[in-house]
Amino acid sequence: MKRLLALGAVVLTTAALAWAGSDDQPKAGGAPKPVITKAVKGEQCVEPTDTMRRDHMKFLDHHRDKAVIEGVRSKKYSLKECINCHASETTGSVAASKDDFCVSCHSYAAVKIDCFDCHSTKPQGSAAMHPLNAETAHYKHKLAAQATSKVSAEEMARVAQ
Amino acid sequence: MSELKPMSDNTPNSPERRRFIGTASAAAAGLVVAPGVMLVEVAHGRPEDQAASSAVRWGMLVDATKCATGCTDCVTACSTENGWTPVAESKHAKQAPQWIRKLELQDPLTQMETNLPMMCQHCAEPPCVDVCPTGASFKRADGIVLVNRHTCIGCRYCMMACPYKARSLVHESLNDTQKADVPRGIGCVESCTLCVQKVDRGDGNTACAEACTAAGHNALLFGDMNDPESEISKRLRELPTKQVRADLNLNLGVRYHGI
Repeated sequence: MKRLLALGAVVLTTAALAWAGSDDQPKAGGAPKPVITKAVKGEQCVEPTDTMRRDHMKFLDHHRDKAVIEGVRSKKYSLKECINCHASETTGSVAASKDDFCVSCHSYAAVKIDCFDCHSTKPQGSAAMHPLNAETAHYKHKLAAQATSKVSAEEMARVAQ
Repeated sequence: MSELKPMSDNTPNSPERRRFIGTASAAAAGLVVAPGVMLVEVAHGRPEDQAASSAVRWGMLVDATKCATGCTDCVTACSTENGWTPVAESKHAKQAPQWIRKLELQDPLTQMETNLPMMCQHCAEPPCVDVCPTGASFKRADGIVLVNRHTCIGCRYCMMACPYKARSLVHESLNDTQKADVPRGIGCVESCTLCVQKVDRGDGNTACAEACTAAGHNALLFGDMNDPESEISKRLRELPTKQVRADLNLNLGVRYHGI
């Protein structure tokens, strides 16, 4: 009986050691490195990647003042365009989970982002989905569908817009 | 910021060029789709890389004689467009934002009832701008009075100064429920923006006016008060209109008929 118990203890210890050994996370590796996911849309950002990494906040700051105060709505340095390309495919957001594009680096660098206290972290929904536009958008679709001539998908999209 | 490249570029793929090509081909598509039916609306918006101009003054004419009792379509449309929670659905009704609200007034002597929507009046001389300690409250070149949330500290002086009680403070975190086009957030004051995102997009109308027209009341008319040929200017020439608290001499962007 005693021998059986001892054997049982040995088996349990081995199993526990094996389980602990299978843990991939290093115990003393510092904070987890940021996960940088490639943008869903587009091949190249508006500036070279290293410039964007270092200076994106300057571009955004400059643009936000032009946009809010003067009403210049150019797309190049617009936060909305960042979000449109960089929103995660899984969460649909740039800041919903810890691996999302903005949060991933910012939590690693311990720099708080205030942008998303006010700005939506998700890309803009289609204008046609807006309840106020729904009816007219539908009507335009109908008209486009009735057309006998060939209308390319691209043109259809533009009409629906 | 001197090292930054200028915002506009004149490369062959510049936005102006793209927009022109887009408009041209869209117009062509509109012609083939259905003869006699104009699918493509004429864009009224300025180019997106061009600043708002003081040649334009956006304004609104409210015809209180057409504003229907019990109808709140303008309020609903505003909250849908701009993403604020209506008072009725708010957990804290007293703190709920109100960009636009319906008022029902009664003359105590004659019992005559008047309906009208009340919102930011987009003054030419806005008291909210005068009192703002950080310069966050400002009037854009085209007459729209806005809050720059990047500099707003939530002190609420502007709310005190506004004769129309048009402004609200966002008291609680909005938890990413904002619209992509309408950033708004905790600790900042906000009010009617005359749907600045729609104006800049070139829609040429506000959500409230669209809803009012869709409901068949036609009590709200939005337009450029500086353009003598605009619909609003023509109506303002014909109809007797009033400014609310005209004694304050603020030169309002929202004019009322029938009050």
